[in-house]
Amino acid sequence: MYDMAGSEIICHLLQQQGIRTVAGIPGGANLPLYDAIAQCTSIRHVLARHEQGAGFIAQGLARINRRPEVCLATSGPGATNLITAVADAKLDSVPLVCITGQVPGRMIGTDAFQEVDTYGISIPITKHNFLVRSAEELLKVIPAAFRIAASGRPGPVLVDVPKDVQTERVRFSRWPAPGRPTAPPHNDAQQREAAVTLIRQSDHPVLCLGGGIISANAAETARQFAEKIGAPTTHTLMGIGSLPSDHPLCIGMLGMHGAKFTNKILQQCDLLIAVGMRFDDRATGKVTQFCPQAKIVHIDIDPSELDKIKQAHAGIVGDATEVLADLTERIPQQEHSAWLATTAQLRRDHPLEMPGLDDVCSPYGLIRQVAKSVDDDAIITTDVGQHQMWVAQAFPIVGRRRFLTSGGLGTMGFGLPVAIGAALAQPERTVVAFCGDGSLMMNIQELVTAVEQNVNVKIVVMDNNALGLVHQQQDLFYDGRHFASEFQKSVDFSMIARGFGMPACDLGTAADPHRTLRQSLDRRGPCLIRVPIDLCRQVFPMVPPGAANKDQIGERRHVAAIA
Amino acid sequence: MSQPSPDTARPRNQQTRAVLELIVRNHPGVMAHVCGLFSRRAYNVEGIVCMPIDEGSTSRIWMLVNEDDRLDQMTRQILKLEDVSEVRRHGSDHPVFRRLRK
Repeated sequence: MYDMAGSEIICHLLQQQGIRTVAGIPGGANLPLYDAIAQCTSIRHVLARHEQGAGFIAQGLARINRRPEVCLATSGPGATNLITAVADAKLDSVPLVCITGQVPGRMIGTDAFQEVDTYGISIPITKHNFLVRSAEELLKVIPAAFRIAASGRPGPVLVDVPKDVQTERVRFSRWPAPGRPTAPPHNDAQQREAAVTLIRQSDHPVLCLGGGIISANAAETARQFAEKIGAPTTHTLMGIGSLPSDHPLCIGMLGMHGAKFTNKILQQCDLLIAVGMRFDDRATGKVTQFCPQAKIVHIDIDPSELDKIKQAHAGIVGDATEVLADLTERIPQQEHSAWLATTAQLRRDHPLEMPGLDDVCSPYGLIRQVAKSVDDDAIITTDVGQHQMWVAQAFPIVGRRRFLTSGGLGTMGFGLPVAIGAALAQPERTVVAFCGDGSLMMNIQELVTAVEQNVNVKIVVMDNNALGLVHQQQDLFYDGRHFASEFQKSVDFSMIARGFGMPACDLGTAADPHRTLRQSLDRRGPCLIRVPIDLCRQVFPMVPPGAANKDQIGERRHVAAIA
Repeated sequence: MSQPSPDTARPRNQQTRAVLELIVRNHPGVMAHVCGLFSRRAYNVEGIVCMPIDEGSTSRIWMLVNEDDRLDQMTRQILKLEDVSEVRRHGSDHPVFRRLRK
């Protein structure tokens, strides 16, 4: 017979789930839990400086480890600060278990100090949530939270635990089994048959890989499938890394900032095989004009994604690895030499233009230089904005490299804390966080967390002293009326980093910027690299919001507009 | 929630209606989960009835909703809720709301 407090039960169940690192911030309503964690030697606690940072550190761990990871916050502002990171995890299908403290049960609903309706607030941004009403319930709820977070399409689960539940003692005879993902559905025999027929009949197929390939760890299976069906293969922002950038069938990222040839190839395809992607508006542009001639084979683990945006001619619900392996087996080798010749010609005629490749203080030059200087197992994170799109376009994700970005929610401030989490998950790898100056300011307090944890994170700040993508849109679509997008004061990021105890360098003032960059990347431990970027550098091509992908604006028209 | 019009099958805007029948786990948060799916999509719930079954461990919810082209997606979203075990779709003449109108 066990006799334990709720907080000790949580701690034990986390250990049982294999949790080794948790990120969070203590406060009044979760102090009993923190007291229990303090006694527990096998769990490393990472003290963030803002709960959003803690949420994103857990995301970094979860995206790299592909399993639920844990963040902690106290009640009230602790919980509300966590919300953005949780919503981000929901939209990008990242498994998290968030444990928040709550005021004691008898005080719930009285507007007690630091009381907020965490349960109510978190309903629309979690996969599921719990308000725990007794210590005994924890024995069911904690394993359930891990099971739900990891099953099917992954997502965040929030468990709100009142302080008196954390301190309540309960007697019980045995521990529950750890929560494990349930088996993915395996059926749709007819739909699979229909998909095989459509693929065999197609002359101009395109394969599109989404974030589902990454989270299902299905990249290798996807490569075999792509080669078997001989189809040019694009990917979404979240699908970066699902097929190596240097693979002959890879045609790069589609959508708003995809290369022109990529979108043109999609325009001409007669079959789109979409796997683990959800036809997001940034990927499809105006959806009625997306792949206008194509039939659709849609494979996803979430049944509600099928027919949500695009009606599928064959819709298969299942795990990407299993479905793709099955289809690869059933389909004889396909040859599309004429189609591949057409796509190769489109690539030559409408390539991705990358001006300034030889200038390390210009976007593409910097990104390619960093790519040359890091190993084939580096982890790349980004914030949100122009720099994110430049990196998505130009950083080759090859070998064991990983690319972590905020795709669905588009959260500025994502890059640094997620990089910390990724580095904690894989301490031997180099993690590069590409940040904009606007984005970095949104979670800059986590610089000190990186120093404290001594993680191997390199923060590359592409500093144009502006909200660049906003500035660009005002330039292009609001007749150049730039408002609230240029900062009045410029910030000395190197000095700020040093203030947090982090080494820093500035490529703008370095005598030999290439050498300085390489040295900073090679030296182990955290480091900030500030790079001045001219505000006139813009991201092209670009599909105007709401327009069709075929109506992409290119660099030339922009130059004309500026002049 | 608006008042059901006298003729639920043919309201003013000529829209047909449907009744969804859900089997859910009975606990304080389940109604918020279900209704939230509708409210965040600006999808009006015209009528709602909920009663416990199976000695209170589960409940049955009947919802009267407009039958527009989003209803299929709504049903799939409801099925994704952890606390919902079953969703059935009926015509608007389901007796539960017919009796309530009297």
